[in-house]
Amino acid sequence: MSVPAATPTVTEFGYNSKVEGEVIHTTVDAALNWFRKNSLWPMPMGLACCGIELMAVGASRFDISRFGSEVMRFSPRQSDVMIVAGTVTYKMALAVRRIYEQMTEPKWVIAMGACASTGGMYRSYAVLQGVDNILPVDVYVAGCPPRPEALLDALIKLQGIVAKEATVRNLKKDVAPAKYGSLGVELGDRGEVVHS
Amino acid sequence: MPTPLELAGKLREAFGELLAPPVEFRGEVTLAVLDPERIAEVCGVAKKHLGFDMLLDLSSVDNYGSDPRWTVVYELFGTEHHVHLRLKVMVSEEKSELPTVSTVWRTADWHEREAYDMMGIRFSGHPDLRRILMWDGYPYFPLRKDFPLAGKPTELPETAFTRAAPLEGGPFVTVAGGKDSMVREPRARTSEA
Repeated sequence: MSVPAATPTVTEFGYNSKVEGEVIHTTVDAALNWFRKNSLWPMPMGLACCGIELMAVGASRFDISRFGSEVMRFSPRQSDVMIVAGTVTYKMALAVRRIYEQMTEPKWVIAMGACASTGGMYRSYAVLQGVDNILPVDVYVAGCPPRPEALLDALIKLQGIVAKEATVRNLKKDVAPAKYGSLGVELGDRGEVVHS
Repeated sequence: MPTPLELAGKLREAFGELLAPPVEFRGEVTLAVLDPERIAEVCGVAKKHLGFDMLLDLSSVDNYGSDPRWTVVYELFGTEHHVHLRLKVMVSEEKSELPTVSTVWRTADWHEREAYDMMGIRFSGHPDLRRILMWDGYPYFPLRKDFPLAGKPTELPETAFTRAAPLEGGPFVTVAGGKDSMVREPRARTSEA
């Protein structure tokens, strides 16, 4: 008397291997963008109180790792998205700019909070009036400081931007000058921003 | 325990006419030193013989439009007798220089650098009189009354740049002690109004 073997319960994720035969049809762009957008490693540029909210986003209650961005890199060489969190003074501006330049392509920027976006309440001789004067910002977050949910929303919006990029086409060209060019920022010989 | 007035009296005994009579306001005693050149000497005696072993603060005031233009304020404190004493000295804009007290209290080093950075008052004999908040080469002294809040455009290649901030009709100023929030609401106000 033979006992029938118990059928193992298999949960199918994403696609059905019986139907599709362990093959996924997609484009290279879509695949690369999917890899990228789900592991955007942030460069935490915490400069003021927004930096504290940024830490809250990384901690257990809000848990940025739900979106694949928990790997805060304090080395610009290993990070993908710079989160400028706080007031950028003119004294700090060129340091921020230099750290951005040290990040490898592809790279994105989130301006977190009123100060990083526009200078905020600091209409002052000491404060850069928006980090978009020196960096190409992809997503702005309103708030003073923004709630952690707002930053997570910005991250999801950035993932949307990353998902739509023409990655293969961009690999063939020098991406950085085009990004700056769209801002109307003048560039010097070494790619540095020239302030007229 | 000595009172601030007693200690101010002792300081006047030592220096006589150099110090104006002490002024008391809400329990705080202020002594004006009439010759800025001798401020370090007065501070030295206050520390050595009167127990003011701590300089709490050193600040500067811009009396824009009146002469002398600068007031430098020294906040003295004794950790033994817990007495506060304030010294004030007036400096003209032409001179804009007075002796350092960093030889008396080492903490004055950074305070004097800040006064130099923000107001442009120099301290002779200071060991390291560089800017402390703004960068070396910044051409203005931003806390002066004739410097606009919005700042001025500057350019120092490879170091920093500044641009004037958009004030959009401001600065918007509140009225201290206004009776309701309508009065206290920050609005664009000129100095005449």
